[in-house]
Amino acid sequence: MARIVGVDIPDRKHIDIALTYIFGIGRSSAHKILKKANVPFDVKTKDLTEGQTVKIRDIIENDFKIEGALRSETTINIKRLMDIGAYRGLRHRHGLPVHGQRTHTNARTRKGPRTRPGSKKKK
Amino acid sequence: MTRSLKKGPYIDEKLFGKIELMNNSGDKRVIKTWARRSTISPEFVGHTLAVHNGNKFIPIFITENMVGHKVGEFVPTRTYRGHTSKRK
Repeated sequence: MARIVGVDIPDRKHIDIALTYIFGIGRSSAHKILKKANVPFDVKTKDLTEGQTVKIRDIIENDFKIEGALRSETTINIKRLMDIGAYRGLRHRHGLPVHGQRTHTNARTRKGPRTRPGSKKKK
Repeated sequence: MTRSLKKGPYIDEKLFGKIELMNNSGDKRVIKTWARRSTISPEFVGHTLAVHNGNKFIPIFITENMVGHKVGEFVPTRTYRGHTSKRK
């Protein structure tokens, strides 16, 4: 179990995949990091040399916003929309889709499970 | 889809002119406007706009945070107060 930046412990996978276990790093930014650090994509995490690990860690720490910092940034952005009373903020408040999708049907991800008139709500 | 940078932000000229006039003379009045599609530029901060919602004019006070948004974003056009809940 290798520790790269904080609490993330991916292992036994190709390093480009392993890096995506970090919140805020997907395939694309993982590849950018590896190219910059001169590490081939298909090395397993456990096979990384000490120098490579340090390099990757440095790049992530300097150029990327990840985990807690990124999460708090998104919540601040959402909170800003709610505070200024913008339409998007209202949608966030009501738990409805924000980007203009239909709500006649679907939109279940935002709205949560269906409530039918027959089914009793708990509490 | 974002608007092309080449064009710059869309700001309603009539509205902008009125704001400029008020900034120059220093008085503050509520401006009625239908220009919901207009972007709020930094000059608008501190003014109150009465924005049309299709039925009435709703006054909104422009704060610094609102710069870069559209005027209409702050005045909803639909009324929805939820479905009737049958709770005992």
